[in-house]
Amino acid sequence: MKVSLKWLSDYVDVSGVAAEDLAERITRSGIEVDSVEERNQGVSGVVVGHVVSREQHPDADKLSVCKVDVGSGKLLQIVCGAKNVAAGQKVPVALVGANLPDGLKIKRAKLRGVESQGMICSARELGLNDRLLPKELQEGILVLPEDAAVGTDVVALLALDDQVLEFDLTPNRSDCLSMLGAAYEVAAILSRGVKLPEPGELPSTGSGRAADQVRVGITATEQCSHYAARLIEGVRIAPSPLWLQNRLMAAGVRPINNIVDITNFVMLEYGQPLHAFDADRIRGGRIDVRLAQAGERIQTLDDVERTLAPDMLVIADGERAVAIAGVMGGAATEVTAGTTRILLESARFDGGSVRKTSRRLGLRSEASLRFEKQVDAQAVIPALERAAALMCAIAGGRAADGIVEAKVGEPAPLTVNLTLARINGHLGTDLSAAEVRAIFERLHFRCELVGADGFAVHVPSRRGDITRDVDLIEEIARLYGYDNIPTSLMSGVTTPGSLTREQAVRRAIRNLLSLSGLQETTTYSFTHPSQIAEYPGLYGEARPIGLAMPMSEERSVLRTSLIPHLLDTAAYNRNRNVDDVLVFELGRVFLSDEAQPTKLPDEHWHLAVLLTGKKHSAHWSGKAEAVDFYDAKGILDKICTYLGVTDAKYTPIQPAGLHPGRSAEVAIGGGAGAGSERLGWIGQLHPALAEAKDLDATYVLEIDLGVLIRHADFHIGYRALPRYPAISRDLAVVVGRDAAVGDLLAKIKETGGDLLESVQVFDLYTGEHVGAGNKSVAFSLVYRHEGRTLTDEEVSKAHEAIVQALATTFGAQLRA
Amino acid sequence: MRQAALGELEQTANQQQLDELRVKYLGKKGALTEILRGMGALSAEERPVIGQVANEVRAAIEGVISAKQEEYRKAETANKLRAETIDVTLPGRPVPLGSVHPLNKVIQEVEDIFIGMGYQVAEGPEVEQDYYNFEALNLPKNHPARDMQDSFYITEEILMRTHTSPVQVRTMERMKGEVPVKIICPGKVYRRDDDDATHSHVFTQIEGLVIDRGIRMSDLKGTLLQFVREMFGQETKIRMRPSFFPFTEPSAEVDVTCMMCGGSGCRTCKQSGWLEILGSGMVHPRVLEMSGYDPNIYSGFAFGMGVERIAMLKYGIDDIRHFYMNDLRFLRQFARV
Repeated sequence: MKVSLKWLSDYVDVSGVAAEDLAERITRSGIEVDSVEERNQGVSGVVVGHVVSREQHPDADKLSVCKVDVGSGKLLQIVCGAKNVAAGQKVPVALVGANLPDGLKIKRAKLRGVESQGMICSARELGLNDRLLPKELQEGILVLPEDAAVGTDVVALLALDDQVLEFDLTPNRSDCLSMLGAAYEVAAILSRGVKLPEPGELPSTGSGRAADQVRVGITATEQCSHYAARLIEGVRIAPSPLWLQNRLMAAGVRPINNIVDITNFVMLEYGQPLHAFDADRIRGGRIDVRLAQAGERIQTLDDVERTLAPDMLVIADGERAVAIAGVMGGAATEVTAGTTRILLESARFDGGSVRKTSRRLGLRSEASLRFEKQVDAQAVIPALERAAALMCAIAGGRAADGIVEAKVGEPAPLTVNLTLARINGHLGTDLSAAEVRAIFERLHFRCELVGADGFAVHVPSRRGDITRDVDLIEEIARLYGYDNIPTSLMSGVTTPGSLTREQAVRRAIRNLLSLSGLQETTTYSFTHPSQIAEYPGLYGEARPIGLAMPMSEERSVLRTSLIPHLLDTAAYNRNRNVDDVLVFELGRVFLSDEAQPTKLPDEHWHLAVLLTGKKHSAHWSGKAEAVDFYDAKGILDKICTYLGVTDAKYTPIQPAGLHPGRSAEVAIGGGAGAGSERLGWIGQLHPALAEAKDLDATYVLEIDLGVLIRHADFHIGYRALPRYPAISRDLAVVVGRDAAVGDLLAKIKETGGDLLESVQVFDLYTGEHVGAGNKSVAFSLVYRHEGRTLTDEEVSKAHEAIVQALATTFGAQLRA
Repeated sequence: MRQAALGELEQTANQQQLDELRVKYLGKKGALTEILRGMGALSAEERPVIGQVANEVRAAIEGVISAKQEEYRKAETANKLRAETIDVTLPGRPVPLGSVHPLNKVIQEVEDIFIGMGYQVAEGPEVEQDYYNFEALNLPKNHPARDMQDSFYITEEILMRTHTSPVQVRTMERMKGEVPVKIICPGKVYRRDDDDATHSHVFTQIEGLVIDRGIRMSDLKGTLLQFVREMFGQETKIRMRPSFFPFTEPSAEVDVTCMMCGGSGCRTCKQSGWLEILGSGMVHPRVLEMSGYDPNIYSGFAFGMGVERIAMLKYGIDDIRHFYMNDLRFLRQFARV
């Protein structure tokens, strides 16, 4: 909302406060003032001139030589390049020594040999927003009204000695979509009075009651609560007087003609949108406010033919819809140059209905903007009367007697009670009853004292945002000043602050992995369906959840795995010559078994890791090695160890998107067998997919943190340090290449029993020494007894049993 | 013999020559050993005299030998260490160091400040019911602030949450009227914005909620002051401006003194000395009622901030998309305490 201070001062005294200061005070009281615009962009020394004569320049086709009277007693000779300059016009003349915007200074000059004693100005040269002017005035010089007095300073004539504050209104303060609303706000801030406009006299047509010529009815009583109209006759359509045009232009509204300008002016003044119909084009002598019929069509003022839906509110005459209520009028009843009779509408339409209609039609107007936010019920009639009086005064109209109206109920006046204790208790202030009362007075809220510290506040209808005590408390707070509210710290019981176990584990893993050399990433939750297809992740059967109105196919479904975006991350970095990508992400995936969810999807916190390229940057001490499967597995081992999970079991799988020979599902819990739960999976990205994304060998793992936490062991129990010596034995066996070392290890542990303290794989060999199709695996075993020193014989026996078991189960041969 | 031996020992240059002399004089067939062996042939009077002399000679030789030996050992050690000299200016072997994402760094920092003030960290679903995201927050179905155009709906009733406020509602419901409620809620939120330098269709919020008997707006002010001082430095000041949120009344935007210029005015704060970083207010009685708290008994405050905005200010980041592009050259800059 653009608020001209000149206009505003019709209703409230703003003298003695600089525009910038006022803007700051308004902002600090709750309405952000975005900008303070000086309307005069640097114009001085420009006066109204009368073009006495215009002659062709002797040496230039496109130039005119004008004799101009500027009231100085001597005609000025001015050379002008505009096509539209003509004798008899009143024009703005920049005298020699005048200043124009952008630092332009007018000097005596010679143009093609002819002296020019000043310049006739265009609107743009005066710094006016010429988009608000009619086309013909945008192109040439600005032609001023005939009655402009010669010699008058143009700054005063065009009301450029003005500042305009741009209010950035929050949705609750639609009362300030009007100059009067702004005036009440400024009055409250400055503790000053408000002067309401006088509607003025309404000369009568003498042709009887308006109600006898037009009837008004409301059929759609839910969408319209009040419809009022006046019939004005004998108007003459013409440009508005300059003062009215100046006001509208200061507000950023384009002047059109006197009737339309008056409806806009009063809408800006009261916040009540008005509409003027050409009464002669209203058929059947009646207005009905009803819902549109299915398929009903109307051509709106913007010359677009629109088809209406049956829940859209229209204004109809005896035969057809003549306006889309609150949104836009129809072309068929538009006020045109020949219009003489006006049916002037002032109504209260339901905000929700207007909002829906305007959205659906993609048609927004200054009127719909105000109706959407609900207009003031008490402004309907005053605005109508004000506009009718202006139409009579400015456009020479006369009013048929009386208002024609239909009304559905009457909004009840609102009184809100509150107490001083409540106010101070809510704000932490120590206000007195007198201070509170003074604030209500500044707001022009009538208030009565109730009992010792109570107030009954009569909320004016213009403030529809105030419905209960806290709304009044906010009014008090903002006018008292938020800065004056003290600072305190809550009393009451102390509470322990904490993270939940899940949150603490996520944080621990985040820190663990980042300190282990991985970068944490954050990627989008929305993805492309094809990404899920090529990489279904853990949940092959899960259907991705789609957005109803995605912004793009690229981001149209919710992710079911974190991996696809990590692949994008790797590709993104590789395109920027960052080839070594060791990253992880902690984030949610979204799963549902329904195509159209009727309940909220399951959200699982996942951890995903992606490794590609080298383990670390090149170093003088040795070659930087490429990452492989066991680097990824090592990370998962580290996480499991950190979380006290010791029974992770890896089973080869061949899921889509992964290398069929280098992928495993990981299960934890329930020891080695039943009762275990799938934690996630790990593997090498399928080479075809890696190639498609221009990636080197890439390894990924993804686990469900919920599962991990369920099986984690958070208890640390000290075990006594060993008192008896350990005996180490190594064991190298040759087995078939397909034998899983994990199975060998399990067998060793099972056979070794309590005596076997630990076993490590320390060597793996394939090659000519062990024969084709075989491999040699070397284990380092440590035996120890808790209660005594083991004898060599005991150890040998146990060791031999292990050798036997491996031989029996895997055909393992002791390596010579 | 004594003089001859000491003279020869004087001439030795290394351990080997020293060993040879030791054998020559003190060895089994050494000169001194020969003399001692011949003692038996001496008279009872001569024996002690010669014996004493022989022992003195022996001690003198041994003393010199061991001194020499020590000297050679030291020299040898010194040589060995000299040979082991390395270039201490060569780069160390890397112990890999990664980083926590800058948004999570900020979240963890904010969480820790509020945990220290007795808050629990609460979370809720990112896919939310319309009721929790809007209705229970005093944004009924026809409210202008909840436009279909602004939210990612999945069905009529299910959408991507547009703020973390539904977590507050869920927490109040779960608490069933118990007080105090003291939570902060970090998390991702979603809005239909085209991604550009200052907008992202997904971003991160942290909201806080306190409900108890007798909570006042001055408590909100005091709490936020304490927070910003810990977050941005003890000199930080706050300033509140009246604003509007459907779920709070009164509502306030909170500005803090610009951390770039300390309040004197700079480009970041557009010369105002202030930066807007928080929205806040007293919990709207409708919200309390709907979640089972009687607004005549209980009151509360809520506040919220954008993590991206704080991270951008804190680290001087100029484009919000950096947080989601995961350029490692960007992320690696945060591998610091």
